[in-house]
Amino acid sequence: MATFPEFIAQNEERDGVRFSWNVWPSSRLEATRMVVPVASLITPLKERPDLPPIQYEPVLCSRVTCRAVLNPLCQVDYRAKLWACNFCYQRNQFPPTYAGISDVNQPAELLPQFSTIEYVVQRGPLMPLVFLYVVDTCMEDEDLQALKESLQMSLSLLPPTALVGLITFGRMIQVHELGCEGISKSYVFRGTKDLNAKQLQEMLGLTKPTAAQAGRGPQAPQAPLSNRFLQPVQKIDMNLTDLLGELQRDPWPVTQGKRPLRSLGSAMSIAVGLLECTFPNTGARIMTFIGGPATQGPGMVVGDELKAPIRSWHDIEKDNAKFMKKGTKHYEALASRASTNGHIIDIYACALDQTGLLEMKCCSNHTGGYMVMADSFTTSLFKQTFQRVFTKDVSGAFKMAFAGTLEIKTSREIKISGAIGPCVSLNAKGPCVSENEIGTGGTSQWKICGLDHNTTLAVYFEVVNQHNAPIPQGGRGAVQYVTQYQHSSGQKRIRVTTTYFLKAHYSFSFVPQFMFHLRRSPFLQVFNNSPDESSYYRHQFMRQDLTQSLIMIQPILYAYSFNGPPEPVLLDSSSILPDRILLMDTFFQILIYHGETVSQWRKAGYQELPEYENFRHLLQAPVDDAQEILHSRFPMPRYIDTEHGGSQARFLLSKVNPSQTHNNMYAWGQESGAPILTDDVSLQVFMDHLKKLAVSSAA
Amino acid sequence: MNVNQQTPMASPYGPPQPGYGQPSYAPLGGGYPGPYGPYNGPAAAYQPGAPPQGYSPYASFPSKAVAANPVSDLSSPLDLGPARGPLTSAPRPVSTPQAYSQYPQGDSQNGPPPMDHSMAQPAHRSPVSQPYSHGAMNLSGPHPSYSQQYGAPPPMQQVTNQMSGMQIGSGPPTSVGPGYAHHPSSQPPISAAYSSAAPPSYTQAPPPLSAAPSQPPPPSEPAASQPYYGGPPPPQQQPFPSAHHPSQPFVSSSPYLGPPSQPQAPPVSQQQSFPPGPPAQQPFPNSAPPPVSQASYSGPPPLTQHSFPPSSQSGPFPPISISPSQYPGPQPQSQPGPPPFHSGPSPRGPIPPPSMSQQQANHLPPGPMQQQQPPQPGMQGGYPTQQNGAFGQPRGPQPGYAGPHYPGQQNYGAGPAPAPAPPAQKRLDPDSIPSPQASELPAVQKSRHRIDPDAIPSPIQVIEDDRVNKSSEPFTTGVKGQAPPLVTTNFQVKDQGNASPRFIRCTAYNMPCTADMAKQSQVPLAAVIKPLAMLPPDETPPYIVDHGDGGPIRCNRCKAYMCPYMQFIEGGRRFQCGFCSCVTEVPPHYFQHLDHTGKRVDCYDRPELSQGSYEFVATVDYCKNNKLPQPPSFIFFIDVSYNAVKSGMVNIVCQELKTLLDYLPRENPEADSVVRVGFVTYNKVLHFYNVKSSLAQPQMMVVSDVSDMFLPLLDGFLVGVNDSRMVIESLLDQIPEMFADTRETETVFGPVIQAGLEALKAADCAGKLFVFHSTLPIAEAPGKLKNREDKKLVGTDKEKSLFQPQSGFYSNLSKECVAQGCCVDLFLFPNQYVDVATLGVVPVSTGGSVYKYTYFQAETDRERFLNDLRRDVQKPMGFDAVMRVRTSTGIRATDFFGSFFMSNTTDVELAGLDCDKTVTVEFRHDDKLSEDTGALMQCAVLYTSCSGQRRLRVHNMAVNCCSQLADLYRNCETDTIINFFSKYAYRSILNTPTKTVRDTMVNQCAQILACYRKNCASPSSAGQLILPECMKLLPVYLNCVLKSDVLQPGADISLDDRAYLRQLLSCMDVSESHIFFYPRLLPLVKLDGGSLPMAVRNSEERLSKGGVYLLETGLHLFLWVGANAQQELLSNIFGTPTFSQIDPNMTSLPELDNPFSQRLREIIDSFRSQRSRYMKLMVVKQEDKAELIFKHFLCEDKSTSGGASYVDFLCHMHKEIRQLLS
Repeated sequence: MATFPEFIAQNEERDGVRFSWNVWPSSRLEATRMVVPVASLITPLKERPDLPPIQYEPVLCSRVTCRAVLNPLCQVDYRAKLWACNFCYQRNQFPPTYAGISDVNQPAELLPQFSTIEYVVQRGPLMPLVFLYVVDTCMEDEDLQALKESLQMSLSLLPPTALVGLITFGRMIQVHELGCEGISKSYVFRGTKDLNAKQLQEMLGLTKPTAAQAGRGPQAPQAPLSNRFLQPVQKIDMNLTDLLGELQRDPWPVTQGKRPLRSLGSAMSIAVGLLECTFPNTGARIMTFIGGPATQGPGMVVGDELKAPIRSWHDIEKDNAKFMKKGTKHYEALASRASTNGHIIDIYACALDQTGLLEMKCCSNHTGGYMVMADSFTTSLFKQTFQRVFTKDVSGAFKMAFAGTLEIKTSREIKISGAIGPCVSLNAKGPCVSENEIGTGGTSQWKICGLDHNTTLAVYFEVVNQHNAPIPQGGRGAVQYVTQYQHSSGQKRIRVTTTYFLKAHYSFSFVPQFMFHLRRSPFLQVFNNSPDESSYYRHQFMRQDLTQSLIMIQPILYAYSFNGPPEPVLLDSSSILPDRILLMDTFFQILIYHGETVSQWRKAGYQELPEYENFRHLLQAPVDDAQEILHSRFPMPRYIDTEHGGSQARFLLSKVNPSQTHNNMYAWGQESGAPILTDDVSLQVFMDHLKKLAVSSAA
Repeated sequence: MNVNQQTPMASPYGPPQPGYGQPSYAPLGGGYPGPYGPYNGPAAAYQPGAPPQGYSPYASFPSKAVAANPVSDLSSPLDLGPARGPLTSAPRPVSTPQAYSQYPQGDSQNGPPPMDHSMAQPAHRSPVSQPYSHGAMNLSGPHPSYSQQYGAPPPMQQVTNQMSGMQIGSGPPTSVGPGYAHHPSSQPPISAAYSSAAPPSYTQAPPPLSAAPSQPPPPSEPAASQPYYGGPPPPQQQPFPSAHHPSQPFVSSSPYLGPPSQPQAPPVSQQQSFPPGPPAQQPFPNSAPPPVSQASYSGPPPLTQHSFPPSSQSGPFPPISISPSQYPGPQPQSQPGPPPFHSGPSPRGPIPPPSMSQQQANHLPPGPMQQQQPPQPGMQGGYPTQQNGAFGQPRGPQPGYAGPHYPGQQNYGAGPAPAPAPPAQKRLDPDSIPSPQASELPAVQKSRHRIDPDAIPSPIQVIEDDRVNKSSEPFTTGVKGQAPPLVTTNFQVKDQGNASPRFIRCTAYNMPCTADMAKQSQVPLAAVIKPLAMLPPDETPPYIVDHGDGGPIRCNRCKAYMCPYMQFIEGGRRFQCGFCSCVTEVPPHYFQHLDHTGKRVDCYDRPELSQGSYEFVATVDYCKNNKLPQPPSFIFFIDVSYNAVKSGMVNIVCQELKTLLDYLPRENPEADSVVRVGFVTYNKVLHFYNVKSSLAQPQMMVVSDVSDMFLPLLDGFLVGVNDSRMVIESLLDQIPEMFADTRETETVFGPVIQAGLEALKAADCAGKLFVFHSTLPIAEAPGKLKNREDKKLVGTDKEKSLFQPQSGFYSNLSKECVAQGCCVDLFLFPNQYVDVATLGVVPVSTGGSVYKYTYFQAETDRERFLNDLRRDVQKPMGFDAVMRVRTSTGIRATDFFGSFFMSNTTDVELAGLDCDKTVTVEFRHDDKLSEDTGALMQCAVLYTSCSGQRRLRVHNMAVNCCSQLADLYRNCETDTIINFFSKYAYRSILNTPTKTVRDTMVNQCAQILACYRKNCASPSSAGQLILPECMKLLPVYLNCVLKSDVLQPGADISLDDRAYLRQLLSCMDVSESHIFFYPRLLPLVKLDGGSLPMAVRNSEERLSKGGVYLLETGLHLFLWVGANAQQELLSNIFGTPTFSQIDPNMTSLPELDNPFSQRLREIIDSFRSQRSRYMKLMVVKQEDKAELIFKHFLCEDKSTSGGASYVDFLCHMHKEIRQLLS
């Protein structure tokens, strides 16, 4: 029997659920006193190569308000062929297909190891995957070329039946008709105008898929739905490759002192509208590639005058960002439209300056889309990340899923306050919905348009029992997560995870440290970050799982030296020693820092000498480790190789705990570490203060 | 001019000098890059010269040559005088006869004399004669002779120069340039030009001196006449040359034979009389002729000419006598009359100006006609009546005309012979004919029965007479106030200081001095200006003048451009503006000394000082935004909705464009056109095409958001044809395929034009949109239209609303278009109402054209459409133009008609101005004019050429002023007046009930005629209808206007048709409006020889059941086949002898290998080539249904829609006049 922590870890590994408390507060009062809310991190599609999908549909509780899925926690009467819902206690008859059920012949969903189980829904047509590229053409030729190549490459990664579409924009927006022989056609819109779906439908001459098309029997061999703008890759592969190849920079002249007119807002609106009227409620990705901020039309975030810089946090605080509110509103509306229809919006922003991610963040955040920020489309950061979007699992299916909904059912003792993550509310009211909202609340269902194996949501619960009527000992509060989504194979699947609280312990010892770093992190600290960067960091923070999130909060620091094998060291300035190589992983950056001595050796070229092969190995070790991370992480982190005194070393210096600063360096002595030139308090000071607060009555 | 001048002078024009100086002409032709070479390029530009063949070389050349040679030989000015004296006047014994004989023929002025000279001279003076003979020789062929002749000229020039600048300037330069440059081969022509040029100069020159010159001119006459005749000059020409030597042969060979023969044999008197006529017309007479002519011709000629003017002015030109003389035409009568006349004329003869005008007036129509008649019985009969004014009496000239007449000889013969001055007045007295008392009764009613249609003024006769009288001699513009030949006459023009009538025609060449007079007469004062008119190949296009960085020299105050009317003073340091009298400093770089006559020494080197029309190179100051313009662009917008595709239009357009694009307008024929092209197709959305040369295949960009049009692409939309040929061809191949199965029936229109506008804006250039459109634009978009065709409104006071645009959208749009220089040409292919009134707003306001092919069918309408399209694409045009008309103090341009836009009261803005577009300008007095200075007008058009050069074209026009109404009435041009009237009326129906407009026109016409009757005509019975000679056709033409579809629609005329015609007329020139209102009806009897059969009047009565007739309306061609047409005729034309087997649906005649068929097709082709729009041929079989359409154009008949017949209308007019007089 494993230890309790091991058991929890196993469960987490199996279910992708991790609770803040594995202990059950017996009453509301108790829960309140715990300060840290009862919550769980759920990774709905946690990768489970060992979990074979079940080829039938789940058995549901017959109570209309419940509809919970039969699970291992249910009590089953094999003789009567009855099962009792562990959420509402409704007794349900097994369906006829379960006639052979018995103690020894149990369906998978009743087996304890299948606390997480995945069903494949057999009804309904196979839905196509839709990828709509929305490409900015206002960029340097070099960037555009790199982008074109990436896009062309991506075509080869798509399943042949996937539908693709192309929208390009600059001053105008072009919706390209695909598969035209002899002439390439596109529909052009001016970027200063917003069109609703109906207008767009008329202007593009689109008709919604007819009922006849949509209503075919399950699995009936049928040509995937398509239209002139969204066609199967296998059909228009060459055509689209050529089309991309011929893409030119936006030809409209940009006069001195101006930004190119970039109709990003309208382009996204058109993309959303196009899918809205052709593939509603079907998984689809709008992949937006932008090389700069929207400068005209709805959603513009900055004017085209270069002399007016794009808003900064400072401007925002002074309420001096004149396009922000309007722009944000535009993108929020888009996000809402897209999410309603189950469409994902990805944003790949590659520019040295800001591109308006602050305004657009909701597009990704609400639809489960990716947000990737890089300096240029020529960087491997972009190229690799983009390529990684299309990685496949062992079965050859994309790791991404579409148009998901997460429904949470709870037992009576507990209610749902809300969720935080790449989701939007589906406004499903019910008995298990709390009045107190945390995050996106007021519902027991959320839409997650885009999911991958890492997508993680934080769900907050509330214990409803009053103090005078605590939950009886031994009562097991249960939570069921039902995730319906469109698998990349086009199947509709349902993953059900049922879990319960156990009496457990949890170590809070790291909390203060995390808090310290969280306060300094870009998630809370906007100093030195542009609004776009903040948006980007927060976006990632919102959707990653616990481990990744913790890395973001408190970066990991490894040290490499001749003194021993690589070891994790304190994220502290004292860890910065001349004879060390440090590897820092902040999630967004992988940084290798060569200490002063090491750096000098390296410059002297010792690693080239055969007799110093060990030094070469030392140099290579962190690089290899970094590569490993780089290869697995999405989005790919920025890789930084720097050294003592290097300008890029600032990334390291800004993260470590400034235990030594110019203020106290002499107190700490010369020997260890490097002083950080900052006025920030160190962890030491923070802890001291914290201790003081903890014992003061004022707290 | 250069030519005449001494060698140094030539410089301005460049190369010419050498050429000139040299004896041999031949070389010149080739090597003559043209004095103006620098400007235009090759000699082509400056060609005064005559067309090689068409122009009868003999006449003019010889004359000049003669003049020149003799002088040169003599080598002294003095000699000239004497030499001339003898020659011209003389007609000495020997020469005279010949001269006379010729005169009759040429009947025009100069022609004959030269001939005579040549003839005579040889005989008399050996030295002189030689040159002449040579001249003759040259004509025929031998080069050497030429060279000699020309060689001579130079000396002459010198002499003449001294004598008068005018001569020198005008004559030589023009002739030289053109003739040489163009047709090296056609040496003869050259010589002709030369000679011809000379004459003009003479006219201008002082009388005495000029006298000598006058002689030369004569030669030209014959020549001129020939071309006319011969339709096909070639054959005739040859005869001529040969003929020259022997006077007789010449005569015989040409149609003139008739006339010549007359002189010889019968009526000597006639001959005599004749000569006067001609001379009078031409400048020559004025200066020189008077004396000479008088002497030589003694009585006859002067009589008519001179007599009239005087008579009228002085007063009572004895009405009686006049009328007889005029109308009676026949010489006999005239002679009787003469006494008074003679006296009159002779005295006045000396006075140049008056005589000129008078002569002209007289000359024209009536004279010849009448005269002709005498010889021929039939003719006489007819004429006499006219002369008398009595309708009844006359007998039908028609018989003669219709059938037998037609033979050229007869006509001509008649024409010339009668030469005697045509009466200035016409009298019609329908009532009186039957009985004086009858006049009391409504004229109309009676007239129908009593008036012989043949007795009333016949347009055909007038046209024929003018043709006979005026086509032989070039029309020189040097003389102020001289009415040009009719538009129906084929003549050559020599620019000698006033704009050619091809550019400007005036309603009156003798303007009343005061507003009161103008008001009293009600004669409109207007000019019909066709600024970029194409000239025949034998005339030189306006020279290009570059005044350098400072731009054109202009008057400081009124900003008039440097022109021949600027008077240089103070030794040339300043000039006084002829328009506003302001004195302006001459810029140093433009300074030139004056000669003793006050003219600049370089006067003839500079087109702007010696020509009526020329162009300046505009500087950047004359460009929009102070930026030199880009070359223009052409954008093709093709409707690809269901109807357009189904009718075959889309296919045809796309096919045609593939080849047509190689013929975009260009200035240098060697180089590629710099015009860029773009393509758009549309139905209710627009499809733009990227045809950038680097693309493997075209890209289509669909703009479906038509509510707020924009240009979806920049690079690759407008491209050079050669650069992107492959892509364009691929596109044009694909368009028909792409839309072959379209179901889209709705179209937009406003956004289409907006798109073009945006494209031009984006490219920062001017240009033209070619829109091929099929249906009423009902799709939801700006400029959407609704079907408002409501026939019930026709004839009501609300009818006008049907001609107004539905909304202001297109008017506003056209403003923007004009601002950008975006000209729109609209090709319509409607199957139902498309609201031309609204769709046409933009084309009409931007100087564009509307073409309409109702019920377009690929098989039958293809040719017509393609020819229109080809012409429309290829024709020379200017872009982004502004036209300003300046006038001398006393009058002012007050109203403008045509296809343009005006944002203020003076500037006519034209986004595009092509060679067919006319602007009609009305003038009003704002002060008194002076008889001394006359009235000047200068029309300046600033435009961007098709190569993107900014230019200023300037046309100058001077007319006389008169204080006597009679002078006014003597010098009017009815065709131009009708042009003005019709435009005025067609515009008025926009705001006024149609009936009111009609009444107003009738009333004004009546007032014009009544004023004449009251103030100018001799007293006579009130029952007599007396018409001014030059306005005798006013009633018939006016009736045609009133009966036109626009003003009096038939039941089958759609609103679109009316709106279309209304817009069409607004920019027609005089020649087009003439045939539009009075179509040409040709009997196809014998088609041998080069001449056309004489037309017959537009009346069903004139049609013979046994005949076949060709009717040309300017828009249609009808081939009417009589039910009893001869089998041979039918076989020749249709290849079948059976009437019933003729396919009435054919649109082109079978190509049969017989002379008749060939000739007929030639005629049809030549008719088509003369019109700006291709005329589709319709075969109408007598008694067929289609005959109704045909009959609609027989405008002398009563129309089915209620239009009066000519006779009825004339009577009605008479009644109106009498009411006004009473």
